[in-house]
Amino acid sequence: MSELLVPFEYGYMLRAMWVSALVGGLCAFLSAYLMLKGWSLMGDALAHAVVPGVAIAYLLQLPYAAGAFFAGIIAAFGMWGIGQVTRLKQDAVIGVVFTAFFAAGLFIVSLYPIHVSVQTIVLGNILGIADEDAAQVVAVAVVALAILLVLWKDLQLVFFDESHARAVGLNPTALKVVFFCLLSASAVTALQTVGAALVVATVITPGATAYLLTDRFGRLLALSVFIGASTSFIGAYISYFVDGATGGVIVTLQTLVFLAAFLLAPKHGMLAARRRTRAAGKAPTP
Amino acid sequence: MTAAMSAVWDLVAVPLAYPFMQRAMLVAVLVGAVSAVLSCYLVLKGWSLMGDAISHAVLPGIVLAFVLGLPLSLGAFAAGLTCATLTGYLKENSRIREDTVMGIVFSGMFGFGLVLFTKVETEEHLNHVLFGNLLGVTDRELAEIVLVSAGVLLAVLARRRDLLLYCFDQQHARAIGLPVRRLHYGLLALLSLAIVASLKAVGIILVVAMLVAPGATAYLLTSRFDRMLAIAVLVAVGASVAGTLMSFHMDAATGPSIVLLQAAAFVGALILSRTWRPAAAPADPVGSA
Amino acid sequence: MLAPSQSENVPATGIEASLDVRDLTVVYPNGLTALLDVSFALGPGTICGLAGPNGSGKSTLFKSVMGFVRPSRGEVRISGLGVRDALKRRIVAYVPQSEEVDWNFPVLVEDVVMMGRYGHMGFLRIPAAEDRRQVDLALQRVGMSRLRKRQIGELSGGQRKRVFLARALAQGARLILLDEPFTGVDVKTETAIVALLRELRSAGHLMLVSTHNLGSVPDFCDQVVLLNRRVLAAGPTAETFTQANLERAFGGVLRRFRLAGAELHEDDDRRAVTVLTDDERPVVFYGERGPEQSPAGSARPGEEP
Repeated sequence: MSELLVPFEYGYMLRAMWVSALVGGLCAFLSAYLMLKGWSLMGDALAHAVVPGVAIAYLLQLPYAAGAFFAGIIAAFGMWGIGQVTRLKQDAVIGVVFTAFFAAGLFIVSLYPIHVSVQTIVLGNILGIADEDAAQVVAVAVVALAILLVLWKDLQLVFFDESHARAVGLNPTALKVVFFCLLSASAVTALQTVGAALVVATVITPGATAYLLTDRFGRLLALSVFIGASTSFIGAYISYFVDGATGGVIVTLQTLVFLAAFLLAPKHGMLAARRRTRAAGKAPTP
Repeated sequence: MTAAMSAVWDLVAVPLAYPFMQRAMLVAVLVGAVSAVLSCYLVLKGWSLMGDAISHAVLPGIVLAFVLGLPLSLGAFAAGLTCATLTGYLKENSRIREDTVMGIVFSGMFGFGLVLFTKVETEEHLNHVLFGNLLGVTDRELAEIVLVSAGVLLAVLARRRDLLLYCFDQQHARAIGLPVRRLHYGLLALLSLAIVASLKAVGIILVVAMLVAPGATAYLLTSRFDRMLAIAVLVAVGASVAGTLMSFHMDAATGPSIVLLQAAAFVGALILSRTWRPAAAPADPVGSA
Repeated sequence: MLAPSQSENVPATGIEASLDVRDLTVVYPNGLTALLDVSFALGPGTICGLAGPNGSGKSTLFKSVMGFVRPSRGEVRISGLGVRDALKRRIVAYVPQSEEVDWNFPVLVEDVVMMGRYGHMGFLRIPAAEDRRQVDLALQRVGMSRLRKRQIGELSGGQRKRVFLARALAQGARLILLDEPFTGVDVKTETAIVALLRELRSAGHLMLVSTHNLGSVPDFCDQVVLLNRRVLAAGPTAETFTQANLERAFGGVLRRFRLAGAELHEDDDRRAVTVLTDDERPVVFYGERGPEQSPAGSARPGEEP
């Protein structure tokens, strides 16, 4: 029994768990919007696109978060710009831009080796995070969450009905820019906990899970944040026992929770749908 | 003249004097060509990120195959197909959009694969799966890539009209009795196969890039599908050759070099398509009417 | 007239077109009942209008006929065959709504029409002389031969529609489903399409046309199915397409205004004009009270009724 409490005795484990929960909550908050808008893979794209920024920041010994954030914004702007001038489908534009950015990151690292291994960037390493990096993560996450708590209703309106948002005096373009800045920021923080390759899960899975469980946006947000934060906390805890792969454990947990909701959700679950279809097939319903 | 000759010699012949460079270039060209053909369909179907998904999802398959003592490619292929099938299944049975479902499935599988990976010591280096090792391709891997590439290329080219119709108008494809399901999963299976064969050599990120960029580039330059195929293959093969040489001379990673050149080609095509207009389709060519 | 095919390569031509829908019920996994006990039957040489408000199950009905959705109950039979067999014999063609098509797709007009022949071709889909002939013929019939080398996005709305009709012709289909063919199409083009449909009717084809343009239904449909999850009325246009039935089918969705007496006439003619419209093209009923009358004709805004 006491073995299960061991992780709580180590400072680095406690820090890893709380930081993961914070980041998980932030990403989950954004996931509610991304998933509804059909921008799910934007999270994945931005998480990869920030890598050259991280590489350059480490090279120039700047705060990694600043470099990553900057690269993310450039990538988002690039995707938007290319989407404006071509008839290419959005997913193709995203694909071209983020792979190019990621490749640029790897290219730079292969020319000028940095002290952080690429594997750390791609897979995350929250258990071994440096103090100043942890501080950056917490600072970015807290600021982003604060902005979200202020703007969540405005963002909901913009994402649901842009023309109405404009009509009531909101500025959809500005709010979208803010949103993508927040998404970049959350990708920057999640880079440390789950790594670039798995950021995509943290910015869609909790939101999709909550979407199966409720029809109201306020609840969806709360549920999503709860799922994101708790799975991240528990995932970090479990990773103590499986020697690392924190990101893998967190994402596996989130996927399992999603699958459970997919099967069992009272209204939108598969079993519920099966029952309804069968009932309708048997007897005529009015 | 001799100066130019020797410059070319230094640029091309010196690297190719090394057997490992010959092999690297051969693999890059093959993988590039196959991915380019597939990318044309993916870009048109709106599946550009399917390559991303499948290439990540193969990880648990590789580890499990290792545990069970099966060929790793078999495990990877099975995992890739599982990802595609599961995505389709979850989408049909829930109200969640396809792109979201795809993200959930592939990231979940990749995460699970990572956990497995730390528990099982395989002979594969994670780094090789992630970033590839084009300069260290073994004879066996080379043979595998040649075989699979040829097979996939043949299959796609033989069914290229059906696949095009499927991408263009699924309802018509079904209405004239084409096996739409088989085409759907066939395309996904070919995609998985191509990814699995090239993954170890070139790594996830290069595969993903190669499965989008050439098709997207060609799409900007032509409105005829056959030309699109040709341009895509040309761009990919060109980037593979130039990228391999560039990485040799600059001592940079090979995969990222190739991807960057493809991206450069895309940007070039973008500028070209914005500035240069073909003498607008010959006005009303004489028809048979 | 449709040129009769000289080839045995077109099995569909020997088959008489018919569509028989019996007790069709479709329930989607989210619990939505899209169709409930839908039954009607149509024979060869028919143009049948399918009208109903948005969400009335028109597209679900189309999907059922093409085997996209599995009925929870009931069945669809096409020329006496099950859906699967009918599709295998290329009896059914579908002309998609404009929004469903990716107009930037890199295919030419003739490529699209050639797609109608795929079911007739061998494994590698290499067109034979007969396939090319059918494509030429189909393009001629819709008057698109001159534009055959255009990319499909370079066509006008009406031309696009004709290309897809040509594809159905090249296919040799007997049952043609047209999904909102008149949306976004000018009146002149609509007249041309209707003329084409009439010609196909005399060649024995069966066409099921979903439409919002209530006004044009009496113009060219000889049968009508009014749908709102259930079949509210089905049969010959003259008996079925009545004001009473329409109001039942559309509930309060339609805009309705009635002009009578002094508003309409200088004299004391007691007849009135009732206009029903979903804001696209109104249907006009002319007569004393309306409800039991059959349609007197259609009107386009700004035209003589």
